[in-house]
Amino acid sequence: MLGFSSTISRKYLMAITGLFLCLFLVIHLLGNFQLLLPEDEAQLQYNAYSAFLSGNILVKIIAYVLYISIILHSIDAIYLSFKSRKSKKTRYRYDARKRASKWYSRQMMLLGVILFAFLVIHFYDFWYPFKFGELTLDQQGNKDLYQLVIASFQNIGYVAWYSVAILALFFHLLHGFFSAFRSLGLYHPYYAQIIKLIGVIFSLLICIGYLGIPIYIFISR
Amino acid sequence: MPMKLQLKIWRQKNSDDLGKFNTYELKDLNPAMSFLEMLDTLNLQLIKNKEEPVEFDHDCREGICGQCGVMINGIAHGKPKNITTCQLHLREFKDGDTIVIEPFRAKAFPVLKDLKVDRSAFDTLIASGGYIGVETGQAPEANTTPIPQEIAEQAFDAAACIGCGACVATCKNESAALFVGAKISHLAALPQGKAEREKRVLNMVNRMDELKFGHCTNTGACQVECPQDISVLHIAKLNYEYLRAKLKK
Repeated sequence: MLGFSSTISRKYLMAITGLFLCLFLVIHLLGNFQLLLPEDEAQLQYNAYSAFLSGNILVKIIAYVLYISIILHSIDAIYLSFKSRKSKKTRYRYDARKRASKWYSRQMMLLGVILFAFLVIHFYDFWYPFKFGELTLDQQGNKDLYQLVIASFQNIGYVAWYSVAILALFFHLLHGFFSAFRSLGLYHPYYAQIIKLIGVIFSLLICIGYLGIPIYIFISR
Repeated sequence: MPMKLQLKIWRQKNSDDLGKFNTYELKDLNPAMSFLEMLDTLNLQLIKNKEEPVEFDHDCREGICGQCGVMINGIAHGKPKNITTCQLHLREFKDGDTIVIEPFRAKAFPVLKDLKVDRSAFDTLIASGGYIGVETGQAPEANTTPIPQEIAEQAFDAAACIGCGACVATCKNESAALFVGAKISHLAALPQGKAEREKRVLNMVNRMDELKFGHCTNTGACQVECPQDISVLHIAKLNYEYLRAKLKK
């Protein structure tokens, strides 16, 4: 597929799509921070922002890159793990190999499945009603996505599921961020350490940011 | 103080056999014995009882040949980090312990008999590019090719690989990335190896896939169990070299 025939090329694809998704996480989080403004202001601004995003051609192109990234990242993961699955003959009868690596580095697939499930639900909850559903309009005549988000974040079950997914994201990033750079060939011992540190800080900030918003809204509204 | 151990050892007649664990008791073991000496003791006992001895790979017994290698209590080369099986001693165990001994397992490493594994896939990998093309004859004077100390050290860190296969055995994907990475990194660092660096990395990576070694997910487990503590950064170097070769092609 597109010259991505060897397992190493597949890992490049994994890394590039993964890093693009990391960039998207930052942009999406910055947009979400508007939810934390005072209530009246937040509603108008957040809805205007959503309307701007759905109307802008440049954003639309990036959105397609995003959809393709998610799909390629997932397909590639399935392809690679399917290829290296254990046969009965190569499965250890007594296995203590886990002492040599972090649990989340071995469970990227499981964490990824949780994230994929989250994305499907997330799209169904917000993206689909915004694009195709009938939403009430706010004072400025924009679709009132804000009320939909606030209503969801006032539901304890929703906030709990959201938190589980963000925690899965945290561990996925904790391994994925530096792993992407290694897959792309960052072999310098000093810069590899720096990237590892940046990866930990990045994962923490993303986790705190995405968890903070629903919890703040749940407590304050 | 003499030790008593119970051994659960994987017995398999040939590569087609399904195999199973057999349990053996050993008494009066000296804690200063190496793990392989303990297996020798067991084999003596088995031969005396007219039973088939346990087959296992071994050669130098001083930690540098890379021949010995088994899973000991579920860990390649046993619990202490960065050692070979022959450098493991019974003092690491407690009197009365049960030790589970299994062969290295991977699709590319079929079990031949008992604990003996066919690791010729590594030889096939080396044959696909893990060498430099030079004319035979007398070795040239070493100082005609000046190599800075830090480059020589870098290359030697990678060249220290003894090819035991613990990286593959311990990897959840059965990846040979550390073995190939060490070879690529070693040869790409030196002027003698630079001439064929692109051809080498493309061939070795293709062969690695053909031999059914898995992909690398950067868990880092291979370095932990590697007797030579070969750094996973050599895998990053492999990825770099492969990308460089692909772009140049």
